[in-house]
Amino acid sequence: MKSLKVYAIFYLIFLYAPIFLLPLFAFNSSTVIAFPLDSFTTEWFTTLLTLSEMHGALLSSLKIAVTSAVLATSLGIFAAMAVSRYSFPGQKGIMGFIMLPLVLPEIIVAVSLLIVILRMGFSTGAWSVIVGHTLICTPFAIAILQSAFASLDPSLEEAAYDLGETPASTFRLVTLPLVMPGIISALLISFTISMDEFIIAFFLTGAEPTLPVYLFSMMRFPKLLPAVMALGTILVVLSVLLIVIAEFFRRRGAKRTGNDTGGFL
Amino acid sequence: MVEKLRRFFRTEKGTGLLLVSPTAIYALLMLAVPLAAVVLISFWTQNGVRDFDTTMTLANYKEALTDPLYRQLMLRSLMVSGLVTLITVLLAFPIAYFVSFGVKAEHKSLWIFLITIPFWTSYLIRVFLWKVILGYNGVLNSGLKAVGLIEEPLTFILYNVNAVIITLAHAYAPFAILPIFVALEKIDRSLLEAARDLGENRVMTFLRVTLPLAAPGVVAAVLIVFIPTIGDYVTPRLVGGPGGLMIANMIQTQFLRLNNAPLGATLAVLAMLIVAVIAIVFVIIGNRAAGQKGARK
Amino acid sequence: MTTAKKDRKTLISMQNIQKHYGDYHALRGINLEIGEGEFFSLLGPSGCGKTTLLRTIAGFEDYDSGYVMISGNDMRGVPANKRPTNMVFQSYAIFPHLTVAQNVAFGLRKSGMSKAEKAKAAEQALEMVGLKGYGHRAAHALSGGQRQRVALARALVLKPKVLLLDEPLSALDRKMREQMQVELIKLQREVGITFILVTHDQEEALVMSDRIAVMFEGEIAQCDDPEVLYRRPKSKRVADFIGVMNFLSAECRVEDGKKIVNVAGLGETEVADDQCPEGFPDGAATVGFRPETLTLLYEGQTATHREAAATIDEVVYYGDMTYYDVRFDGVDKAVRISMRNIFGRDVLEVGSRVRVSWSPGALVVFG
Ligand SMILES: Nc1ncnc2c1ncn2[C@@H]1O[C@H](COP(=O)(O)OP(=O)(O)O)[C@@H](O)[C@H]1O
Ligand SMILES: [Mg+2]
Repeated sequence: MKSLKVYAIFYLIFLYAPIFLLPLFAFNSSTVIAFPLDSFTTEWFTTLLTLSEMHGALLSSLKIAVTSAVLATSLGIFAAMAVSRYSFPGQKGIMGFIMLPLVLPEIIVAVSLLIVILRMGFSTGAWSVIVGHTLICTPFAIAILQSAFASLDPSLEEAAYDLGETPASTFRLVTLPLVMPGIISALLISFTISMDEFIIAFFLTGAEPTLPVYLFSMMRFPKLLPAVMALGTILVVLSVLLIVIAEFFRRRGAKRTGNDTGGFL
Repeated sequence: MVEKLRRFFRTEKGTGLLLVSPTAIYALLMLAVPLAAVVLISFWTQNGVRDFDTTMTLANYKEALTDPLYRQLMLRSLMVSGLVTLITVLLAFPIAYFVSFGVKAEHKSLWIFLITIPFWTSYLIRVFLWKVILGYNGVLNSGLKAVGLIEEPLTFILYNVNAVIITLAHAYAPFAILPIFVALEKIDRSLLEAARDLGENRVMTFLRVTLPLAAPGVVAAVLIVFIPTIGDYVTPRLVGGPGGLMIANMIQTQFLRLNNAPLGATLAVLAMLIVAVIAIVFVIIGNRAAGQKGARK
Repeated sequence: MTTAKKDRKTLISMQNIQKHYGDYHALRGINLEIGEGEFFSLLGPSGCGKTTLLRTIAGFEDYDSGYVMISGNDMRGVPANKRPTNMVFQSYAIFPHLTVAQNVAFGLRKSGMSKAEKAKAAEQALEMVGLKGYGHRAAHALSGGQRQRVALARALVLKPKVLLLDEPLSALDRKMREQMQVELIKLQREVGITFILVTHDQEEALVMSDRIAVMFEGEIAQCDDPEVLYRRPKSKRVADFIGVMNFLSAECRVEDGKKIVNVAGLGETEVADDQCPEGFPDGAATVGFRPETLTLLYEGQTATHREAAATIDEVVYYGDMTYYDVRFDGVDKAVRISMRNIFGRDVLEVGSRVRVSWSPGALVVFG
């Protein structure tokens, strides 16, 4: 186990190495992204403030991520409730299909949506990115919500019903408060996925690019690379922050309902 | 009729179906229909910029399967994804094993959380950073030069297949660890003690008990890495160079550059078919291997 | 059909309840009447359908056919939240996001009471179950026994006509369980509400109930008060499930209108009608008797009724009691005798020859 632990620590370093490089170069005054480092600067972050195109991208990314997160979580609630409470005909097939985007290469999702959208004579835009992102976020939302619903003792709802509540008020008074941490966690995860997603946005974004698409276009200009690093740093820090908060909520929910059933996925 | 339906929705089956229907209908409209459209279009021919000749033809398939360029891209994609899968799973198993068996129960979820965090950060940025690390003037080369290990920068590590493999193996690491970890966690620890009690040493216990019981996790890990990597676009595009491009890049080119959606669709269908066949074969092999170990399910 | 005791008005009446889970026939024609203020138990091995029957009364489970009537009203189509029943769940189902007082007052939301009235009602209910002053506590921090009390208070505060309890004590340790048994009996007497208790523990059912329905495989095998159930079980299966019953083979015949049973190792005796719940068999039969209806005779003691010679096979010492497994002369099978350990009386040894006193009236004849 000792040697395994050493291996594990090296593995973690390998996992995190690229991410740790980000801030190094983001705060490095040299315009070339290479060692040795030059001096400390926050210039690249200030540069970001001047890129008005980026602000538009950020705005459309936020808009898309919030909408997708809400849609994916809502769809996730329905499906998670259905599978954790009821068994219905074709359950395996239906759920397998809903979860398919988890393994399906994103380019397939992107291409197939693009074909249909163009064929039907619509033009792409933020809405089509939302459609795609909702599709890929829903499986994650379901996975989180399913464990939230599964750890909820069904006799709690029966008890509320037994004490005179209707199905609707039972949901409001008992189910919702108890799975709320799971819902928040699903919202945050979906938001994060949508904020970071590139390919679907690349194919389906119309005139206004999302942040990752804009970032991708920045990468072609060596002059802009330090700013890419700065923006990357911000995005990564935000993602990690959101994920930590999501995990916090998920655990609180698990603790409340009494059993912790693992982490994400 | 209406009354009959209403009664059906009050049964367990009916309520379940009713509840799952918004999500299922969404997946049907936004995933099943588009996928079907891809298949359909793959039999059409492009006619001008936005127009299709809708006579059904196998010409695209003929072209995709005979043109050496497409065949090479397909084979390279398969090879890259196979290698990436092998590397990730091999590297991941000891980690999953360590977290499951070598970490105190109260620290396990912290470890798993640490392992998954990088996955939640922007894929695009992570891939880009590998470009920075592996580049001609990159972190690795400048580092190695600084310590005097090399004089000329290494060139075999960027803009080729190697770079694609390294980057993908890094990106998919958490995917491989999680299913194996879950399978290992499910193993009843008294089984291992029983094997020791019956006279097996540590290594044989691992080989005869732990490994077979972890097989479903390994199968899941293989699938969860293999299937998406074959369709990866960003990594070959950013670090692959011309020699490291994969099938997804060609699909994108056909759609957005050459404006030949039917051929792009054909390539997408072929890629999905190949992945599906390999995945099914693998699942069957995995099931058979697991099935021998008796009535675990 | 079994009826409630004469002095009680019928509250719940069930007629020929049938229920399937897919192909599985879970309830096979349940007929039952339960009286007002009765402490009634559903007793049976795990999987026999007790919970299903209880949930049928509560309104959580649909049934294929038959009737459930409460106070003369047909309950078909009446949902659980509109029935005059309340349930104490096996897991207690205490809402973890609410305080103890909020849990107890949960069902009062639509009662039209003022806030102060609700708080008072909750406090009273808590006091009734011995949790006075616990109202502000967080529900998830309670012990098993306390959760159960909260569950009781939460149901009783609504003053239901029937309180349904699904194995409420099975999650408690033995000491706590015995204490709660006594408290539940007291509580039931105090509030006078009909209690229907589901349990697989025959001792618990005997201790607590006015009447017990013994269930096997979706059917009620016998429904009687505890004493009748114990002394005059209607079938071998019931006899075996409730307490310990010895069985010996026997020959039956009718002679001059008298029912004569020749029990292996014990000899011939006449039996009364009520000793033959399945009717008087002709020919081969099985005779059952409880361990405490037999007595080992010490030197100088004489049998009050009949006497038989036996050899001691096994001795199990329990402190207050000693169980002897003895073989009557001419019989291969051992039977169990329980003897209270009285000060000054020796525990006998394995292999000793003994005389055993038995009384014909304690025998039950099965076909
Ligand atoms: N929802 C269900 N679906 C299918 N079978 C069930 C369901 N609930 C109970 N059963 C079956 O019905 C039988 C009776 O169950 P239950 O009433 O819970 O038994 P008990 O409470 O006496 O242990 C069992 O064999 C059980 O497996
Ligand atoms: Mg039960």
